[in-house]
Amino acid sequence: MAGAGLLTACGGDGGKPTLNWYINPDGQDTLASIAERCSTDEYDVVTQLLPASATDQRTQLARRLAAEDSSTDLMSIDPVFVPEFANANWLLELPADTIDDDTLQGAADTVVWEDAIYAAPQWANTQVLWYRRSLAEAAGLDMSEPVTWDQVIDAAGENGGTVGVQANQYEAYVVWINSLIAGAGGEIISDTEAGRDATVEIDSEAGRDAAAIIQKLADSDARQPDFTVSNEGTTLAYMYPADGPGEFMTNWTFVYANYQGLIGDGEGQISQDEFDDLGWARYPQTVEGEESRPPIGGIEIGVGAYTDEPDFAREAALCVTDEQAQEELAVNDGLMPSRSSVYDSDALQENFPTDLLALYRDSIDTGAPRPKSAFYNQISVALQQQWHSPEDVDPETTPARSADFVTAVLEGRALL
Amino acid sequence: MSTVTAPATKDGVNEKKAVPPDSDRMKAENRLGQRLVAPALALMLLVTAFPMLRSLYLSLFDYSLTAPDEREFVGLQNYITALSDSALWLTTLNTVFIMVVTVAFELVIGFAFALVMHRVVFARGLIRTSILIPYGIITVVSGFAWQFAFSNTNGFVNSWLPFLDSTFNWFGQYGSAIAAIMVSEIWKTTPFMSLLLLAGLAQVSEDMVEAAKVDGATWLQRMTKVVLPNMRAAIMVAVLFRALDAYRVFDNIFVMTNGAVGTRSVSFLTYQQVVEQFQFGIGSALSVLLFLSVLLIAFLIVKLFKVDLASARQEK
Repeated sequence: MAGAGLLTACGGDGGKPTLNWYINPDGQDTLASIAERCSTDEYDVVTQLLPASATDQRTQLARRLAAEDSSTDLMSIDPVFVPEFANANWLLELPADTIDDDTLQGAADTVVWEDAIYAAPQWANTQVLWYRRSLAEAAGLDMSEPVTWDQVIDAAGENGGTVGVQANQYEAYVVWINSLIAGAGGEIISDTEAGRDATVEIDSEAGRDAAAIIQKLADSDARQPDFTVSNEGTTLAYMYPADGPGEFMTNWTFVYANYQGLIGDGEGQISQDEFDDLGWARYPQTVEGEESRPPIGGIEIGVGAYTDEPDFAREAALCVTDEQAQEELAVNDGLMPSRSSVYDSDALQENFPTDLLALYRDSIDTGAPRPKSAFYNQISVALQQQWHSPEDVDPETTPARSADFVTAVLEGRALL
Repeated sequence: MSTVTAPATKDGVNEKKAVPPDSDRMKAENRLGQRLVAPALALMLLVTAFPMLRSLYLSLFDYSLTAPDEREFVGLQNYITALSDSALWLTTLNTVFIMVVTVAFELVIGFAFALVMHRVVFARGLIRTSILIPYGIITVVSGFAWQFAFSNTNGFVNSWLPFLDSTFNWFGQYGSAIAAIMVSEIWKTTPFMSLLLLAGLAQVSEDMVEAAKVDGATWLQRMTKVVLPNMRAAIMVAVLFRALDAYRVFDNIFVMTNGAVGTRSVSFLTYQQVVEQFQFGIGSALSVLLFLSVLLIAFLIVKLFKVDLASARQEK
């Protein structure tokens, strides 16, 4: 792969420059066609594939950028790594009009670091509450109104259903914890631009509220058998189980297309009626009456600091994130736009239920980004170690203990 | 037998000058030799000494790759942090546990394989090759293969073990996860052990074994009184190599559990600090500590075997 990157970089010598765009595997065919469209008479844009996991993508990009690799022109990055990369001076600043009023707030937040813009939002991801309409009905839960985690866990537990979350020791577990805490009006850490001197806030009422919900689910009948090692994939199976009424599940936007693709008569497939029973609602509230803060994910396009063609690369970064690109990614690959206006386009309205699009747009606009810190990875791993296993989470001890540990790790007093 | 041949000298001429003065030609040849070796020596220093000194230097800083401007000299603070952290001691304990168990199993199984390879009379090449195959497989591949074997969704181990539930998750808790890691480790490196022991077996003079046989020694007596004592050097080399290798265990842990449920080794902990967290300061301090502990283990094993050799001779 490194060899391929070098070859293409060298191939640009003498003639038209070639811009390498390091992409993650989601929607790679669409991304390749976007790259072709964004190539001009002055330069070509070609895609280079990164590994599948976000951690490996970060490691590979960081190695290249730390070595001042001039062939890394454009890169697709996970939002949580933007501050880390920007702080290390690995990203070039982008023009102020990269984001505007049309950019959804959750996506716009993630690309700003120390009052400057370091990446262009391409697509945005969020979690909603997916559920079986029949299960909610049996439980007498009015899903047209906001629901709380307590209600969801009770409704599932009392009616033979389950609640699907991501609680393995990995990044998505922190995604859950972060949204639970933000939903109670708190945050994991504040003053993150102070770097290692940021203030750890997890030992708070909001932290205890979050821990109480995790503890409640761990002790509930609604808990899934693989709860402690659950991820985005494992929880999918409980929506249409062999027996039982199904589940409530918080999960990303890919879920809709996933179940849609299962419609059929074969083994492991679902009927049209069953698919029609799939419901969606806003992410559950941590505290009754307080608006929930759904998770934010997605991909941002950054420009490498050591590129030989900074102007072309900036131009290309804006081109691969334009409205047409966002529309194609949504229609072809189910990767949702970070611009509000794209949700109104005919192509999207044809492909997705209108209320689902509105729910996505609203969730991304009001979601809770994870802490924006140059040391995010350390904060995340420290939390994972302290809050896993979810069976041992206790509101009285876990938030306090994890606050001490995150502080110690940030101050360089403890090993991860 | 060796005591008869060792001090043999041809004539009295050599005895007069134990250390003859170097002739001019000798001196010139020595100088030429030194000059010829110098480039290789310089290259070796560059590729081995430089990274070691560099990490020694980096270990004195609070240095994160992602915050290069905040690099600051902290003296021995990284070492104090690492040594006073229970994470380091727990991973060290786990690493020593893996090392002791795997080397013990490999020594016993490897010796049995070495005997088979040494004594086999038919299909010699085929049998030797099949014993050595696991060693030719990349450790990461072996790790994946065993991970699939132990998996509770598509593995076969659960269905082969009658006392286990078919949904038993081997990687869910420490005991079973570390067992799976060690099985992969033992399977992969036992052939290496048997290869080294085979070399030792080949050095044991057949005459001595024959003589013991004629004297009426049983198979067990021939093994313990003749064969094993005469291959002590080979055993020591095998144990030393494998122990140092096992202490640096990384691949299987990385593939099978990624360090979860307390299965981290010292190498894995170091990898996490340097490669995952980009914390070059504390990570370098850990690499230096890892290097020192490998030295210590090598020293201990060498010492241990020397004591053994001496006491064994006194027994004789």
